[in-house]
Amino acid sequence: MSSWIDLSANELLSQLEAGQVTSQEVVTAFLDRIHQVDPKVHAFLNLFAEEALQKASVVDERRKNGEKVGLLGGLPVAVKDVLCMKIGATTAGSKMLERFHSPYNATVIEKLEQADGIILGKTNMDEFAMGSSTENSAYNGTANPWDLERVPGGSSGGAAACVASQMAPLSLGTDTGGSIRQPAAFCGITGVKPTYGRVSRFGMIAFASSLDQIGPMTNSVEDAALLLEVIAGHDPSDATSLDRPVPNYREALKEPLKSFKLGLPKEIADFNPDPEIQKAVEAALEVYRETGATIEEISLPNLKYAVPTYYVIAPSEASSNLARYDSVHYGYRTDRKAMMAGLEEGDSPLVQMYSQSRAEGFGPEVKRRIMLGTFALSKGYYDAYYLKALKVRRLIRQDFDRAFEQVDAIIGPCTPKPAFKIGEKVSDPISMYLEDLFTVGANLSGNAAMSIPCGFTSENLPIGLQLQVPALEEERLFRIGHLYQQVTDWHQRRPSLG
Amino acid sequence: MNATVTDAAYTTIIGLEVHTQLLTKSKLFCGCANRFGEEPNTLTCPVCIGMPGVMPVMNREAFRLAVRTGLALQGKIASFCKWDRKNYYYPDLPKGYQISQFDLPFCEGGHLEVEVEEGQAPSKVRLHRIHLEEDAGKSMHDESMGGRDSLVDLNRTGVPLLEIVTEPDIRSPEEAKAFLTELKLLLVYLGVSDCNMQEGSLRVDANVNLHLPGESGETIATPIVEIKNMNSFRAVERALHHEVVRQWEEWQATGKKKGEVPKQTRGWNDEAGETFAQREKEESSDYRYFPEPDLVPVTMTAEQIATAEAEVGELPQALRTRLQSEYELSAYDADVLVNQGKALVRYYLEVADACGDAKLVSNWLQQDIMRTLKERNITIEELPVSAPMLTELLKKVQSNELPRARARDVFAQMVETEASLEETMDAMGIKQVDAGALRELCQSLVDANPRIVEDVKGGKQQAVGALIGQAKKKDPNVNPGEVRKICLELIQAMGEDS
Amino acid sequence: MELSRDDIAKVALLSRLQLNDEELDAMQSDLQNMVNFVEQLGEVDTDGVEPMAHAVELHNIFREDKIAPSLPREEALANAPDEDGEFYRVPAVLGD
Ligand SMILES: [Mg+2]
Ligand SMILES: [Zn+2]
Repeated sequence: MSSWIDLSANELLSQLEAGQVTSQEVVTAFLDRIHQVDPKVHAFLNLFAEEALQKASVVDERRKNGEKVGLLGGLPVAVKDVLCMKIGATTAGSKMLERFHSPYNATVIEKLEQADGIILGKTNMDEFAMGSSTENSAYNGTANPWDLERVPGGSSGGAAACVASQMAPLSLGTDTGGSIRQPAAFCGITGVKPTYGRVSRFGMIAFASSLDQIGPMTNSVEDAALLLEVIAGHDPSDATSLDRPVPNYREALKEPLKSFKLGLPKEIADFNPDPEIQKAVEAALEVYRETGATIEEISLPNLKYAVPTYYVIAPSEASSNLARYDSVHYGYRTDRKAMMAGLEEGDSPLVQMYSQSRAEGFGPEVKRRIMLGTFALSKGYYDAYYLKALKVRRLIRQDFDRAFEQVDAIIGPCTPKPAFKIGEKVSDPISMYLEDLFTVGANLSGNAAMSIPCGFTSENLPIGLQLQVPALEEERLFRIGHLYQQVTDWHQRRPSLG
Repeated sequence: MNATVTDAAYTTIIGLEVHTQLLTKSKLFCGCANRFGEEPNTLTCPVCIGMPGVMPVMNREAFRLAVRTGLALQGKIASFCKWDRKNYYYPDLPKGYQISQFDLPFCEGGHLEVEVEEGQAPSKVRLHRIHLEEDAGKSMHDESMGGRDSLVDLNRTGVPLLEIVTEPDIRSPEEAKAFLTELKLLLVYLGVSDCNMQEGSLRVDANVNLHLPGESGETIATPIVEIKNMNSFRAVERALHHEVVRQWEEWQATGKKKGEVPKQTRGWNDEAGETFAQREKEESSDYRYFPEPDLVPVTMTAEQIATAEAEVGELPQALRTRLQSEYELSAYDADVLVNQGKALVRYYLEVADACGDAKLVSNWLQQDIMRTLKERNITIEELPVSAPMLTELLKKVQSNELPRARARDVFAQMVETEASLEETMDAMGIKQVDAGALRELCQSLVDANPRIVEDVKGGKQQAVGALIGQAKKKDPNVNPGEVRKICLELIQAMGEDS
Repeated sequence: MELSRDDIAKVALLSRLQLNDEELDAMQSDLQNMVNFVEQLGEVDTDGVEPMAHAVELHNIFREDKIAPSLPREEALANAPDEDGEFYRVPAVLGD
């Protein structure tokens, strides 16, 4: 046994249950790894080492006494800093919330606690989940563990990097347009965006409410199945959460699919994915063919409109969701004296306080999106922009519905390109937006999707394979993904961080 | 009023916007108590403070009360309605948006019949729409800081609020007041609101302008002005009176028509008795409404609407009609009773049904009872004389066991001591004078007063009054009518003898 | 659609974002690019298409009218940048 941190979550759980290791030992191993590696990667914004060890000892004690232990049985979990927690600050990667201490826990946090998960700390992210590189964090970026000069993707960059670099076996991210799947692809891990409504959003700091969803980021499909089982389910505090029983996802993995159809959207080629990515996806298709699947070409005719549709709807909702950061009830407030001194004749001190606090508390990308969303909703433009986008959204959904009548799952690359260099795209917002090309569709339509590792570029950068299934078909998604991971070992590769 | 205008010079056009808080136990989207008068900021939670990550969930009872109101106002309940965000910045609006209904309210149309002047046919004020939304908190000027600051209390934030919008059907300030009075009566009857203007559970804005006949027979409209902060129905009436004259003068001075100047908002200064222009931000009307992504639509089947309709109960107008047709009360009496509210009508019906003399009971309620309620500032429920107790008392009046004047003394005493009828009569020394004893007494008086007997025999019937006086001196409990009847009988019999 | 500097200033005010001249210039070009980018939606024929505001087709989700405990006032006010122990404090709402 090299080290506990080399095991998958399910393997660790077996060891914990068999009494081969204690939760305290596991937590200690990961905390040590964090101290060793995180100075290079900067995946964490905040660590709860003391609380984690304390909680681990309680779980160990309960297990020793033969008492009931939750599904996570003392496994460490890292949590994206967009999820409200009573301990520590919850910042959403923004200066605006630097000192915000939530008086309540998000529903998923409660679920982790009830399942005896040990929360190690909060992970870095693009400010308010807006970005695809984690460079928009107000607290420095995160590095890609496979190449420290590259971005880990985003917005759940910290969540992806901490799993890839073995600082946590499980982590929670959020996905509004690809924010779980794209960093999972960039960092070579498994990332799942569940069906909209499958996981409660209560306590997740909203970016775009009709698109946001919390999901697992793990080393394997099997581990994702475990974590989703813990966090999924109906929540009376979230009116958009689905009141459907949560299947035993891990049990589902034991019954492999006999024969199934995978659909490859022909429009993907129009976007010229990186040749190495195309090759890796083709190889993955071959693997599936060998396991008995059939591959069909399908069409998602409105795929090219997915990104512009997303970049109307998401900023519109965000402009409203972020209106609450007005420096009155919580959050950053500008210095009053300086503000008053700068007032000109006729200025309202109140309006000035709002505008200045928000200007100082938000970063540039957040401001751009608030502006775009405010514009799209404003008088005279609503119909041409916002309403139009809602209609195209319906067409995109119909594309997916038609495709899923034809095939069991949609397959393709997760991203058009592998991880890019830090700083490469910061000055070009649109090229950053195109990162979401293959992922936003699932958010717009609400279906479930997942990225799993399917190879490496010549520069040793991970490549992600995206699988998409209809709403509430996560069992099917996991079976198809697990099948692949049983015959390949891409998901077991680790970056050499020393 | 410093200007006189002839009635023919213009038509007054008034539309009202009424906001009324619903009588739920908890707020619209969270479990905080819906209660007035608590210490500031003690009835708030993360949801109504609009903290990051929170989500609203609709209060079922609020929607039920809303629908009941819509049905009582003869509106059309939508089979499908949804909620929207109305975006604007104000310190008492912690989310930066109000959850309201924009294009698909739960109720459209409807009307209320209003009697402006007694004896005149009622006018019908049509309603444009009714929607359900959340209330904002309260901002107060902080004088302690030299007026530099405002203080914000969020206890009221999120209280369910109905917005009732009329068509511009109201033609005079008196009619506006009559409409509000009738609307308030209806809402209180329905039990949906207490309509307490002092506590802000009912608030009124008015839109007013004038229609003038143009030279070639066309109608000229003056600019519409919205009047705010009127704190009583009387204030609404006064403000409208003032505004009508002001607009007439302004029209004569400027000749400006509707559409030529931006819509103006004016406040009402009750002490000065005048409206004043309120400064408006240029962008303040761009609310950027869009569908609330955190709430789902509400649908109602025709069946559900019919069920809700059956639960509405008898409304004031129907009660007035019933009191006239079934209880043969005058329109005036019916109106007085119904306007006192549901509890008093219930009391009335109980006593009237038991006594069988609707007019007698109506007189009692309008005189002794309403005066007592007013003097003691109590409600009918708090009156020590319950409906069964009054019934018992009035039955004694009906059977001539108690003279009316005496019964009023007994009633007053019962109110004072909160004792039963029997106890009160005992305490007042009122005993039933038995018929034999009364006859004996009368005989002795007749015997002792031959002159009076002669007068009566001679045709001066009123002379018997002296005998009644003497009888009352001997026994205060005698019924004067009875004494008169018996004495006349005895004298008559004497005449026949001789 | 061409966005003028005035348009940008108006949207910035609606958004309550203070922008200095330099930031206004940068925002004007960024926003123009973004608007140009999303304008390709104009190509799509959406006649007769129902807008889709939600990803789930749920209806009639309610909570019962039950009172739940509110936050103690100290906790409610704990995150406020300025408060007096009873109220949130802001620059005067009126007085403009
Ligand atoms: Mg309103
Ligand atoms: Zn609350």
